[in-house]
Amino acid sequence: MAAVPAIPSGQEPLVATTFAEKLRLGISDALVITRRSLLRVPRQPELLLGFTIQPVMFVLLFRYVFGGAIQTPGTSYVDFLLPGILVQSIAFGSTVTGVGIAADMQQGLIDRFRSLPMARSAVLAGRTIADIATNWLQLAVMIAVGYVVGFRFSTSVPDVSAGLALLTLVGFAFSWLSALIAMGLSSVEAAQQASFIWLFPLTFVSSAFAPPETMPEPLRTFASDINPFSLWVDSLRHLFVGTPIGDEVWQGLIWAVGIIVVFGPLAVWRYRKVSTR
Amino acid sequence: MPDAGETAILTEGLRKSYGQVLALDGVDLAIAHGTVFGLLGPNGAGKTTCVRILTTLLEPDGGRAEVVGLDVVRDAAVLRTRIGLAGQYAAVDENLTGVENLEMIGRLYHLTRVGARARARELLELFELTEAGERIAKTYSGGMRRRLDLAGALVARPPVLFLDEPTTGLDPRSRQGMWRLIDDLVEEGTTVLLTTQYLEEADQLADQIAVIDQGRVIAEGTSDELKDSYGRERVEVVLGETADRAVALRALAAMSSGAPECEGRTVRVPIRPRPGILAEAVRRLDEAGVELEDLELHRPTLDDVFLSLTGHAAEEREEEEQASGASAG
Repeated sequence: MAAVPAIPSGQEPLVATTFAEKLRLGISDALVITRRSLLRVPRQPELLLGFTIQPVMFVLLFRYVFGGAIQTPGTSYVDFLLPGILVQSIAFGSTVTGVGIAADMQQGLIDRFRSLPMARSAVLAGRTIADIATNWLQLAVMIAVGYVVGFRFSTSVPDVSAGLALLTLVGFAFSWLSALIAMGLSSVEAAQQASFIWLFPLTFVSSAFAPPETMPEPLRTFASDINPFSLWVDSLRHLFVGTPIGDEVWQGLIWAVGIIVVFGPLAVWRYRKVSTR
Repeated sequence: MPDAGETAILTEGLRKSYGQVLALDGVDLAIAHGTVFGLLGPNGAGKTTCVRILTTLLEPDGGRAEVVGLDVVRDAAVLRTRIGLAGQYAAVDENLTGVENLEMIGRLYHLTRVGARARARELLELFELTEAGERIAKTYSGGMRRRLDLAGALVARPPVLFLDEPTTGLDPRSRQGMWRLIDDLVEEGTTVLLTTQYLEEADQLADQIAVIDQGRVIAEGTSDELKDSYGRERVEVVLGETADRAVALRALAAMSSGAPECEGRTVRVPIRPRPGILAEAVRRLDEAGVELEDLELHRPTLDDVFLSLTGHAAEEREEEEQASGASAG
């Protein structure tokens, strides 16, 4: 082996000292991680497939099997259903973040990143930003399938855009949550299962698939007054198909931002201490 | 103890526990610049914990540690630009190509885009991965992954390199290759701390060895020093078919320094080394009329050292623990 070539001068590793420099290098670090996370998408098509098949099956199942039995006054069931399934799938879809972090931990990559002079928040920020893209891919597939089975947007372009933005934000929030959970677990499989345990009941006991008024107490109160999923679903229905609502959109926004503000820093804090073994 | 100018790695009373389990129980190390230091011990001895603290991945509960004069806790951010880490879990991104892996690391060291790419190419060439550079790392063999991992650790050309069981799970050929690489790096002035369960590896590579067991350094020195102090030199005799073992043992009893071991027609007699000892053994056996097939002086191995220090063989215990699925510590 020849000598390990020296690094040209002016090219030595940089450590940020000022706040502005920290910010600049931190953003650069996060973008490097975003890029690496995006590169994997076309190379791991099975990953996306896994997160798309189930929601598409749900659309078909509810549209054609249960749909006929569920009464939704004022809207067709498919218009009622799609916003609900979109919110559910974006929450489930965000578990790719946790799965990715768990895989990085298992492969020792998190150790490597933590031994590098990079920003502590960059690995999680880069990953969650990249997963916005996978969430969008999933959304595009779902909306296309929705159109095939009879769903139609019936509001203005700004309303639909606002709805998509809200969905993106909800997905981003759940990515951080999923990252935090994954760092407490030891395997990819565990990370995959962990979110399903609580996301399943939470998304079903909401206004996503059936009107909460048809549910028995205390499910009805939980679904209509407590569960943030209902806020997001109702907001989305309003923004996509024009169902009348109050100030759900703002409340939904606050919930999504709140999750990011609370669980983002918690996840970064956990990352600083996370141990592969 | 070398002064601070010569010491690349220094630890004092390093302690760490995981809940009830004491992983490090006061470890003192002083490792000179430009040397290879071997941390030798069975699984769970505390080797990996030690490396994790020195590479800023883990904070110690007590004591302190410095690498190139930088405190591993207080100066962690700066220290991370001066160290490289390659571990038993080759930390490569399976979904990226070899080039992309190294470029990513370069960018995370904040090299420029052009600089990071050039560096990636240089290192791939150095590690004979140029051809595989455009392939996704998922398709690499175990040895190639290790090489890519080590290349990643060298992106910033760190003065201190930590190798946590660099050859565990490699086939003998890849292991030899890894040893050559490490030799070359040290020749260029890199300080290397490596952990290993393989006595042969420590013997081959390390200038200094610390034997670590249950979180404590139980012996330290060069390979030869350890063998001289803790190993047992012995005469190994293979008896002829008609020879009487009891007669042979009686003939050698006067020169032995401990209890002899017998295995079939082989007799091992521990001795204190001195000139002419083989000739003496031959003479004694000859006088007693014992027929010989073979006779040799057996230098102690690190295996012997390990056995006499810990009361158990290093590699046997490793197998046991692996069989019971115990994890590294």
